[in-house]
Amino acid sequence: MKIQYCDALVVGGGLAGLRTAVATQEKGLSTIVLSLVPVKRSHSAAAQGGMQASLANSVMGQGDNEDVHFADTVKGSDWGCDQEVARMFVTTAPKAIRELANWGVPWTRIKRGKRSVVINTKRTTITEADEAHGLINARDFGGTKKWRTCYTSDATGHTMLFGVANQALKDDVDIRERKELLSLIHKDNRCYGAVVRDLITGELEAYLAKATAIATGGWGRVYRTTTNAVICEGTGQAAALETGVCTLGNPEAVQFHPTPIVPSGILLTEGCRGDGGVLRDVDGYRFMPDYEPEKKDLASRDVVSRRMMEHIRKGKGVPSPFGDHLWLDISILGREHIEKNLRDVQEIAMTFNGIDPADEGSKGWLPVRPAQHYSMGGIRTKPTGESPDMQGLFSCGEAACWDLHGFNRLGGNSVAETVVSGMIVGNYMADYCLKNDIDIDTTTVEAFLEKEEQAIREIMSRPLGDETIFDIKRRMQEIMDEKVGIFRNGTELQEAVDELQDLLRRSRKVGIRYVTHASNPELAEAYRLPKMLKIAISIAYAALLRTESRGAHYREDYLERDDANWLKRTLVQWSDPDATLPEVFYEELDIMKMEIPPAFRGYGRKGMIKEHPQSAERQAEVDRIRETLEAEEADRFEIQEALMPFDLPENYKAKNERQGVGYA
Amino acid sequence: MPDTAQNKGRMLTFEILQYNPSDPESKPHMVTYHLEETPGMTLFVALNMIREKFEPDLAFDFVCRAGICGSCGMMVNGKPLLACRTLTRDYPDGHIQLMPMPSFKLIKDLSVVTGQWMDKMSKRVESWIHTKEEHDITRIEEPVEPEVADETFELDRCIECGICVSSCATALMRPDFVGAVGLNRIARFDVDPHDERTTEDYYELVGDDNGIFGCMTLLGCEDHCPKNLPLQEKIAYMRRKLATAKDTGGGLEIRVEG
Repeated sequence: MKIQYCDALVVGGGLAGLRTAVATQEKGLSTIVLSLVPVKRSHSAAAQGGMQASLANSVMGQGDNEDVHFADTVKGSDWGCDQEVARMFVTTAPKAIRELANWGVPWTRIKRGKRSVVINTKRTTITEADEAHGLINARDFGGTKKWRTCYTSDATGHTMLFGVANQALKDDVDIRERKELLSLIHKDNRCYGAVVRDLITGELEAYLAKATAIATGGWGRVYRTTTNAVICEGTGQAAALETGVCTLGNPEAVQFHPTPIVPSGILLTEGCRGDGGVLRDVDGYRFMPDYEPEKKDLASRDVVSRRMMEHIRKGKGVPSPFGDHLWLDISILGREHIEKNLRDVQEIAMTFNGIDPADEGSKGWLPVRPAQHYSMGGIRTKPTGESPDMQGLFSCGEAACWDLHGFNRLGGNSVAETVVSGMIVGNYMADYCLKNDIDIDTTTVEAFLEKEEQAIREIMSRPLGDETIFDIKRRMQEIMDEKVGIFRNGTELQEAVDELQDLLRRSRKVGIRYVTHASNPELAEAYRLPKMLKIAISIAYAALLRTESRGAHYREDYLERDDANWLKRTLVQWSDPDATLPEVFYEELDIMKMEIPPAFRGYGRKGMIKEHPQSAERQAEVDRIRETLEAEEADRFEIQEALMPFDLPENYKAKNERQGVGYA
Repeated sequence: MPDTAQNKGRMLTFEILQYNPSDPESKPHMVTYHLEETPGMTLFVALNMIREKFEPDLAFDFVCRAGICGSCGMMVNGKPLLACRTLTRDYPDGHIQLMPMPSFKLIKDLSVVTGQWMDKMSKRVESWIHTKEEHDITRIEEPVEPEVADETFELDRCIECGICVSSCATALMRPDFVGAVGLNRIARFDVDPHDERTTEDYYELVGDDNGIFGCMTLLGCEDHCPKNLPLQEKIAYMRRKLATAKDTGGGLEIRVEG
């Protein structure tokens, strides 16, 4: 039996995992990172457009601060987020971006003086102040009041990932690639590490740690059309689910990005529209202002994606062999801007579609259609990042439901969450490691290891049937695309749940053609598939049960956001390993503790809210507290503290300095 | 509109090297597959179809499939390319031969170990900011000239795909050669105002035949870099800079400043 010991074990080597590892390693804890791939190849690298942080350096960001970022995030989430977590996040984000600058991320900087930009399809000149010269720049993004999204051209995730990965190398974090988490080792609701498979040798090992973090990214690949990398299969979350103890929060909250390119599904950043690009239909008509007069092409992603599909349903899509699509027009931004700030977009369009988006007029228009992009749901955690169900198990980044995003995530808040949650959760995880020992007997460890060995032997012993792993996987993905997509209804969701359960049963019997342990992709597909199906079922089943529309979860048979009955977080648990459906519970969101009680988002359809009686009550209370404190000349921090106190390690809770206003 | 319907239905012939070094019975051999071309087909699409239809244990690496992550470097008809953004329609005779990248340890078939190679390179060139300054992250960041930030970003675009290494004759002869990827990294930190290292420091790291003086200027790296990094210019610049750093006993005297 091969057992490896460390203090902190981090599963997943993207931005969230690496930043967590840096946090624990820098506290003197021996830290191991396990990754499916070389860490610099993680899906974080694909984040293009930028990271939100309220630096307020640019003239277009003036007046921005934590409060504005907080309000945007809460509205974006359609009041589904944990507002305390959102506060922790917006307070730490400026520090995260400044830390990354010190680690060498070459953020695009502001140049003093006049600058030509495109706003609402018109060329406009803005003037940057002398004091802002050389400070970190920001671009506009959807659902935000200010230009807040900091960027390095459109390769932001790449530069951030290299910055953090290099920091981890500097700190001598023990990074091991081509290692896959199979199951968590746990006893009496405490996690002690993981059973891990080496993807080259096929050997199984036990990693024992004082605390374990899962930062394995999203689960987009349960869908067929997704912007996600091929490794984003949700097996990390499935390992947590398969403990039978841990819960997944809001699996039904799935984001569909408005502008992946057709047919490959590769993402074109929201920065395209943030920088002034617009959507057009078959007639070349700019349709978004008709639907969303205020935010237009830059409403939140759930709203824009729905409006696009609505417009296609009206017959305004562009027919193609790959289905109807719409156009994304960035040609109006001019060649110079595109070749400097949107060059990966240009490269992708030229390579995969043979289109140069800088070509003037319709020649440069890019075919786009919404596709799966992000999982707001994930392993449910407390604000510290620890599982409420299992001690010593932490999770952060897209893998987690820390619940920063609720039912819709704002663009630029995901890479921001990766590093911010890595800082915060890594800090709490280190505290846990310092207070706890590895007190587990090897017999228990052996049993977990043997269980996985046995599972692999069982797969290898199955007879070959007519059906392959790939057939079942493809069918799962088709069902998710067709029946658990942007527009959902009870009938189709029920069909999806039924058929996915059948697929899960079949996936437990399907044989493989090659029965070798070492470097066998088919074997890996075979043990991953039931895990993916459990995730897919959790998504579809939770979507079926949630009889309202909120954020990205849109029910054609329940159009209202039903605060009266559904202001609660879905929790999914899979306690019986042989079952084909999970148990579902709900966690109420307490309006009376909210800093911003539920209201209209400012975009999307109006008058579609079934209000909770407490919303008005809390709003009155908030107004009263604010009025009283303002009369006493309290500052915004004191008012915030009175409305909704939140905990954060002191160094992260500190106030952030801004140009012109200092620490105010 | 893209010409996605072009070449629909053409029969393609793939010749793929297969070998599992961990299996004593395995011998390197080429296997041929025939596949019908689909619109806009990339090698990512084709290889997955081959795995699903014919060879379920065929090993290859893809992650982002969008030319961003650098996982899928392989030799395509003798040239190192990112497979995910290689389109089959660019091969008029429909014959495509695939081999793993040289200079890296072979795992199986088309899959090689690039990550550990790159980590070793990163540690050798100390691929991180060196500074004595303690930064308070609640304070406004240090200003950087916008052009300098852009120039740093330009060189920071490297995705460590390994294509420069697999197109490099020096790398084949000297397994410890730091490669264009490593020399570009030095050039990147040389530009970055956050890094306080001097030419002398860089000389200590790469001032030898496994570093800046190992390059034979064949420039396969420049020809094949999928990110079009200015490798030729940067290697020449850094070599001149390091070559003229003269040892004066007590330390290095820098004669040419960049």
